[in-house]
Amino acid sequence: MKKTYKIEVDCANCANKMEEAARKTAGVAAATVNFMTLKMIVEFAEGHDPKAVMEQVRKNCKKVEDDCEIYL
Amino acid sequence: MNKKQKIMLARILAAAALLLILGFVPADGWLRLGLYLVPYLIIGYDILLKAAKGIRNRQVFDENFLMAVATIGAIALALAEGSGDYTEAIAVMLFYQIGEWFQSYAVGKSRRNISELMDIRPDYANIETDGRLTQVDPDEVAVGTVIVVQPGEKVPIDGVVVEGTSTLNTAALTGESLPRDAGAGDEVISGCINMTGLLKIRTTKEFGESTVSKILDLVENASSRKSRSEDFISKFARIYTPAVCGSALVLAVLPPLVRMLGMDLSPDWSTWIYRALTFLVASCPCALVISIPLSFFAGIGGASKAGVLVKGSNYLETLSQTKIVVFDKTGTLTQGVFEVCGIHHSEMENEKLLEYAALAESASSHPISKSLQRAYGKELDRSRVSGIQEISGNGVTAVVDGHTVAAGNDKLMDRLGIPYIPCRSVGTIIHMAVDGDYAGHIVISDVVKPHSKQAIQALRSAGVRQTVMLTGDASKVADHVAAELGIDQVYSQLLPADKVEKVEELLKHKPEKAKLAFVGDGINDAPVLRRADIGIAMGAMGSDAAIEAADVVLMDDDPLKIAKAIKISRKCLGIVYQNIVFAIGIKLICLLLVAVGLANMWLAIFADVGVMILAVLNAIRALFVRNL
Repeated sequence: MKKTYKIEVDCANCANKMEEAARKTAGVAAATVNFMTLKMIVEFAEGHDPKAVMEQVRKNCKKVEDDCEIYL
Repeated sequence: MNKKQKIMLARILAAAALLLILGFVPADGWLRLGLYLVPYLIIGYDILLKAAKGIRNRQVFDENFLMAVATIGAIALALAEGSGDYTEAIAVMLFYQIGEWFQSYAVGKSRRNISELMDIRPDYANIETDGRLTQVDPDEVAVGTVIVVQPGEKVPIDGVVVEGTSTLNTAALTGESLPRDAGAGDEVISGCINMTGLLKIRTTKEFGESTVSKILDLVENASSRKSRSEDFISKFARIYTPAVCGSALVLAVLPPLVRMLGMDLSPDWSTWIYRALTFLVASCPCALVISIPLSFFAGIGGASKAGVLVKGSNYLETLSQTKIVVFDKTGTLTQGVFEVCGIHHSEMENEKLLEYAALAESASSHPISKSLQRAYGKELDRSRVSGIQEISGNGVTAVVDGHTVAAGNDKLMDRLGIPYIPCRSVGTIIHMAVDGDYAGHIVISDVVKPHSKQAIQALRSAGVRQTVMLTGDASKVADHVAAELGIDQVYSQLLPADKVEKVEELLKHKPEKAKLAFVGDGINDAPVLRRADIGIAMGAMGSDAAIEAADVVLMDDDPLKIAKAIKISRKCLGIVYQNIVFAIGIKLICLLLVAVGLANMWLAIFADVGVMILAVLNAIRALFVRNL
């Protein structure tokens, strides 16, 4: 399943870091962050609850880039 | 400017003003440090906080860390040497923030620019209830509802006109400024602007399935598919910062140690630490990291403005390397509608012959009989026709106004034993016989699109080396069209599966770097569109299958747009490479100058911010595609 989330981030490199962090989160099959449209597209792995996974994604992103936000 | 940017601007101005004033304040020692720390903290407190948080979260090597270490180091050095020159550290932070501010402003601006370009999202639909118009959310309109579109409004949902006539402006969708007429029975596509009359439209799709939604979805998600250049930059940035930090450390420690132990000189610690700090300032990768995605974003935005939808940065990149273009014939290079283009050896008036032909064929729904009826142009009185007999694969015989009329191909004439005059023209030939005597023949053929020839030439001048045409048509017709348009290679009489095979063969024989594009009208070309390096569907307004299968979608069916798309991609990729070379080049030169002591921190920060601003401005150039 694929879902798109609106994000808030200031720099392109930070967006790359968020993407990296999201990809490494358990339950995420694939993730792309589009800095220009400020969107994160997450593909969830089979059998994972998107809500719980996204909470974790958000946490991990905050870790690499404090100044970011994902609107769940 | 948003709120964040306004606050930042205020901080920049305040810090700059304070710095100027402090230049005139005679203060020494700790007081001086205390005074100078005020503008430093105003401009840099968030950087310091972020750096600290980064360290806590074990994300040490980022820009914030670089700036924090460089500026704190510079202050510490000034303090240790007793020079009291804190201006440099503050200025570095100041310029860094100015750069960041500019970047955020430029990105925001181009974001808005591009969303304005694609401002085709309809906000509402009008529904008539009890003689009054009510505005509703287009999402809530069910299929089959009649909606009202007033002059000046956008058509919100795809549908068929049930009442009214008007002209529609399709510029936002196709980049084509010529308006289209629409009347009762015509299909209209969402996103067009109704210009003159009131239209009542019966919707045929839901809003989410309508053309306008599909296009918006496609454009908004386009830059999510990343190109190799973008991947390269993200990987580069990931190893770059730690590498620079390492080099800076080596620069700070190694030369003094060598001087001290190997050469018996004084270690000169402060010079080398200063150089290492300057090295850190000069090394920020921001110019690269921001300008590459921005270039692609602007390129894709500019292309959509021209009616060329590119599904991702990676496709823009592939498109720019296109050297071979393979066309489908019907519907791509030709109109795909058959027209009567000649009447030869007629024994009676041409009009009369056409009338007989149209009447004899009046019961058939074959494209050929449709084109005969179109050429005749008048209402057909079916009561004049009787005894219609269709002979499959040959033609028809019928009695029209008491005359027996036979209309069909060579085989029909042979079968009826009527001698006929073979035709030299290319196309489908319909021989006519009236009362058993030969009466001449009608030539029907597909018409080449007005811009096809020009399009092939434009492709050539855009650097395409080979053009190939694939068609299911007879070789005589195909060769004729190819010769007329100047196409290099033709493969005719192909079944749809053969087309895939031919494309695979071409793919096998081409050099690795030259990419092959296939252009089709998208109706039955989906497998070939997928198989080619890059699939281009044209005339895709309203055809979902094409939008799904292709990588690049041309909104109207003008073949000139193919060359335009390639040129847009070349320009965009050109800008990307310029930025990569320019940004990395200047960075390396700067780092070298710093390492040998030829540049100070002022130069380093100017180089960093300057390169970034130039790269961003260059990236925005990709948006302008009108004159390509």
